[in-house]
Amino acid sequence: MLNLTSVDWLIMLLYFVFVLGIGFALKRYMKTSKDFFQAGRALPAWICGLAFISANLGAQEVIGMGASGAKYGLETAHFYGIGAIPAMIFVGIFMMPFYYGSKARSVPEFLRMRFDEKTRALNACSFAVMTVFSSGISMYAMARLIQALHVFDGLFRALGWAPEGIFTFSICLSALIVLLYIFLGGLTSAIYNEVLQFFLIIAGFLPLVLIGLRNVGGWSGLKASVPMAYMHEWKGVAHASTNPMGIEIIGLGMGLGFVLGSGYWCTDFLVIQTAMASKNMESARRVPLIAAVPKMLFPFLVILPGIIAIGLPTPHTTTVVTTVNGAIIHNTTVVSEQVSEGRGLVPAKINPVTGKAMLTASGQPLLDYDMATPNMLLHFFPTGILGLGLTALLASFMSGMAGNVTAFNTVFTYDLYQSYIHKNGSDRHYMTVGRWATVGGILLSIATAYAAINFNNIMDTLQLVFSFVNAPLFATFLLGMFWKRATGHAAFSGLIAGTATAMLHHGLTLPIEARPGIHGGWIAVLHHYPSDMAMNFWTAIFAFSANFIVTVVVSYCTKARPESELVGLVHSLTPKPERSHIAWWKRPEALAVAVLLGAVAVNIFFY
Amino acid sequence: MSLDLRIPMGMMFTLVGVILAAFGLATKGSPIYASSLGINVNLWWGLVLLAFGLTMYLLGRRGQKKLASLPPEPVEEGRRGH
Repeated sequence: MLNLTSVDWLIMLLYFVFVLGIGFALKRYMKTSKDFFQAGRALPAWICGLAFISANLGAQEVIGMGASGAKYGLETAHFYGIGAIPAMIFVGIFMMPFYYGSKARSVPEFLRMRFDEKTRALNACSFAVMTVFSSGISMYAMARLIQALHVFDGLFRALGWAPEGIFTFSICLSALIVLLYIFLGGLTSAIYNEVLQFFLIIAGFLPLVLIGLRNVGGWSGLKASVPMAYMHEWKGVAHASTNPMGIEIIGLGMGLGFVLGSGYWCTDFLVIQTAMASKNMESARRVPLIAAVPKMLFPFLVILPGIIAIGLPTPHTTTVVTTVNGAIIHNTTVVSEQVSEGRGLVPAKINPVTGKAMLTASGQPLLDYDMATPNMLLHFFPTGILGLGLTALLASFMSGMAGNVTAFNTVFTYDLYQSYIHKNGSDRHYMTVGRWATVGGILLSIATAYAAINFNNIMDTLQLVFSFVNAPLFATFLLGMFWKRATGHAAFSGLIAGTATAMLHHGLTLPIEARPGIHGGWIAVLHHYPSDMAMNFWTAIFAFSANFIVTVVVSYCTKARPESELVGLVHSLTPKPERSHIAWWKRPEALAVAVLLGAVAVNIFFY
Repeated sequence: MSLDLRIPMGMMFTLVGVILAAFGLATKGSPIYASSLGINVNLWWGLVLLAFGLTMYLLGRRGQKKLASLPPEPVEEGRRGH
């Protein structure tokens, strides 16, 4: 049971005060729409770099990676090693020159410059919808976690409010704070708070990992306390049957590394917006590379708590019998079924009707992996630092939301409002629209969060739809930036074909141990995958390939754009920037090589 | 942008560090540290955060002084910096 004292509240309050204070302090610098939407394109590379990974370090990341660590072990680190680092290097070295150099204000706007209006409209609409839903999901997850951890229970009891209001209170509080600081300080505010959150996560989770490791007896003790496959990132990856995730090397490399990883890090405006806010081209290219350095070390911070949680002994109901002065004393520690049926600190899922642990098809208790990291916090942190740990969690939820909201207000204002609704407004007008788009975006997110309560499957459904839309995207950007023949009609039809293929593949295949429906196989089941994850990766591979092929074929059937219009947008037609004035070791390329070597070293360590 | 993030961030971590360390000192030897294996995490981690916060703050202040002594940087209009 959570017992927060005034120190915990003080730390949490302090964070809220600073978050809002930064927003207010930035208000006076918001003079033009460029200040508001693009942070004036004047931020230093290190700030943008930390914001770049922080934008992704939302709830799904911190809780999800811990959960995945508890479920699959160190193999989860592939999300970093294969899924992120190479893509981050690629976007920094090869793609940033076009994003930043084209002077596009958003990723959809780049698509209009390179291809045509309809491709931009398609991308802008799907992106705007996705950001709103993502921040709604983030909000919902946060409110649920606050409920599960009983963070506000004491406060509500003290004030005499009904505990049913906790969910609404959490949602409104977080929405209000995020709204205020973005409304005031725009993207700069969001970026500053992402950096703040980055350090908070380290401040909150590093002591957790250190104490946790100490408790299980260090690295070697941890190895001894979990199954062997848990502690190897690469061993057993060649075959689906020999690793916990059930993915073989091709699915992993292609699906995660090439398609999903690159699709996210190289095309998602949520992260790209932070790089586009930096002060010059060299900085912009350095942003993803700077981000890659802490990204390499994050497995220690977010995955290890999950593995430690599994490795700790499971609490059971125990009775200690002692004899004091001839009297026999029975001292019983009662542990609920939820805890004793779990593994380590990971509780079992409890059927709310019967009060019994839910079982999988093979009779094992179903574990609630999402509680791995939060339970670690509660288990090891005494009051005081517990407040810091919870603040770090809350901060990660809120900055995840904030990144989505700033991405939404930019895309809405520039790519939808300015392009299709009101073309020639004043700069001041667009800034006002952006501010109100922030309000609208947050209201829609709240609606999504409430919809998630009433419809069980809405989160899964939304995430599924996102994966259909996102999976083929990378092919469009790759061809657009590196093949001058690619045309607008081709890009548009490629995107549609890719998404259609993703849906078709999902409808025709199914992971084993799942029933046809939301998990796949809703048309017919032609193939079984060993796990959900394996199926996701292959869906992405098929969608990417379909987009690639259709774009190439249609490009040859349609008229190419004159080369003069593509200067600065396509690799072969863009003059190489003059860089002889920068010492070789200061160039982004040198940093890229260093990051790559570091990533290889980390992977060898975790082998 | 003339608000250097390091200054508010340094201030926040300094304050959090002071609060944690002071609380740690006040609760020295308290049974609440049974959960953290007997280590007074509040005190130790508070000191770490205090050091981090102060460093950030001082770096930020130095950066601002440097900026004030330099002539204002010309606004970049070209495609490349410097």
